[in-house]
Amino acid sequence: MWQYILKRLLGAIPTLLVLITISFFLIRVAPGGPFDTEKSLPPEIQANLEKKYHLDEPLYQQYLRYLGNILRGDFGPSFQYKDFTVTELIAKGFPVSLTLGGLALLLAVIIGVSLGTVAAVRQNSWVDYALMSTAMTGISIPNFVVAPLLILFFAIYLNWLPAGGWNGGHWLYLILPVLALSLRYIAYIARLMRGSMIEVLRSDYIRTARAKGLSMPKVVLKHALKPALMPVVSYLGPAAAGIITGSVVIEKIFGVPGLGRYFVQGALNRDYTLVMGVVVFIGVLIVVFNLIVDILYAVLDPKIRLQGKG
Amino acid sequence: MKPKHTNDDLMETLATTPAKVMLAEKGQSLWHHAWLRLKQNRLAIASAIILALVVVLVIAGPMLSPHQFDAIDWEQMSVPPDFSSAHYFGTDAMGRDLFVRTLYGGRISLLVGLVATLVSLIIGITYGAIAGFFGGRVDSFMMRVVDILYALPFMFLVILLMVVFGRNIYLIFAAIGAYIWLDMARIVRGQTLSLRHKEFIEAAEALGASKTRIIFKHIVPNLLGIVAVYVTLTIPQVILVESFLSFLGLGVQEPFTSWGALVNEGAQDMEIAPWSLIFPALFLAITLFSFNFIGDGLRDALDPKDR
Repeated sequence: MWQYILKRLLGAIPTLLVLITISFFLIRVAPGGPFDTEKSLPPEIQANLEKKYHLDEPLYQQYLRYLGNILRGDFGPSFQYKDFTVTELIAKGFPVSLTLGGLALLLAVIIGVSLGTVAAVRQNSWVDYALMSTAMTGISIPNFVVAPLLILFFAIYLNWLPAGGWNGGHWLYLILPVLALSLRYIAYIARLMRGSMIEVLRSDYIRTARAKGLSMPKVVLKHALKPALMPVVSYLGPAAAGIITGSVVIEKIFGVPGLGRYFVQGALNRDYTLVMGVVVFIGVLIVVFNLIVDILYAVLDPKIRLQGKG
Repeated sequence: MKPKHTNDDLMETLATTPAKVMLAEKGQSLWHHAWLRLKQNRLAIASAIILALVVVLVIAGPMLSPHQFDAIDWEQMSVPPDFSSAHYFGTDAMGRDLFVRTLYGGRISLLVGLVATLVSLIIGITYGAIAGFFGGRVDSFMMRVVDILYALPFMFLVILLMVVFGRNIYLIFAAIGAYIWLDMARIVRGQTLSLRHKEFIEAAEALGASKTRIIFKHIVPNLLGIVAVYVTLTIPQVILVESFLSFLGLGVQEPFTSWGALVNEGAQDMEIAPWSLIFPALFLAITLFSFNFIGDGLRDALDPKDR
């Protein structure tokens, strides 16, 4: 087990290295710099600033320095938020994004699995058709379309919920962003769950359980649910990555002070260290999450033994 | 040596007959069966018709309107849909006609979808077919590269790219195409691996066909089914990515527009002019919806194991 985890973590190093390298050099070849202001700075000050941030060194040296700093968890100072380091900004934004994304993922799994199961048990009934066409609609409508429509309806016309803001994570402020973020994944998981549940319900041991006289709800909950969950579990990795990305837009629309908003603002303001820090942080996050999902998968499915080979 | 030749020719025709010819034949070809099954799928057929309508409207629609897509009319800002002035979808906050803008945006969105999918198709098929065909160390190296790229938070890199190099529609094509091919490469490689040891490939090898010839004349044509399914599922994905970028203000540039950009503008004015959000959103959703249903239908039709 530990050997497996170690091996997987080692396997993630090339990915992260490629990520860091691409984003580092992408930013450096960009025209313009972080200290470009409307009035050009006096050359001495410019030189001093560059010296302070080691921008006067040769590129490969800066690159190695950056790698070294990242290893120590130091993402450097933010250019835009003068008093903060990037690490501090990430530490500020991440809990917010985690709340939003975590709740969205949780909601997606719970509702998606329930709806998918209901559709599978009632296969080819009107319930099934209604659920699956709704799910297809959910998949087809992007979250940045859903979000304004939700605001328009629930915040502006009905005036039930706030249209945006965070307010320290008060639950009223969470409903709309979490819903907008998770709808697509609810739909996707429902479809996935329906397919695998139908397959499981056709298998012999389910027929045996039914023949034994067990009621349908009991069969589904006790025998069919766990094996049918497997495709959903392996979808969790891509879903989490999608939710993290979607969070960028949702945070922008709802004015939520999370990582995504720092990223977009940092990008628009050319706050290079902040943008890079967020990208690298998210890269690591996705790697770690995928690892957790794989371990979870192995725990649920005794047929899979975690070997050194991933 | 005559028989060998005919054999070779037969192999060639079998492996390279284009889908259209196969459809026309009354035979039992895969495509014929697929078509029969697809015809049964009313949702898929309805989606195809709707999609065709959207395409026709997007191409021809702007000619039906007296307005230009970038003509600003200060007298008519944020006017609701009105037929007497030919503002069928109303106007935006700058008084530009939304009917024409929505359709123009559709041109860009669909074009991005098609071009980027084509880019991904060419890279993905070539890459996947080569990896699957040569197998062994070549394959594991090539797939390792795909795995590494796959794990990158791609959206963030694209945003970075747009910020660094400015908004440029060709860059969008290239950036999206360069990422979307990964899926295609994986699927094609899997199929190629399973085709690799089929008799007809061995026959072609035995007859002395070159590797390039085998890959492109014998393997690639046999991948068309799965590729067709995948294309219909990739196009909406690309449209979505482009809209996402445009929504963030990183996509196409004014006065040009796309559905994503229109949704973004619409979302800003939705309190006073909800139509500026609803019409582009509707077009975007309907198009994505149709593509997804067609892809689903095609997959069911081409998948040998029936649902």
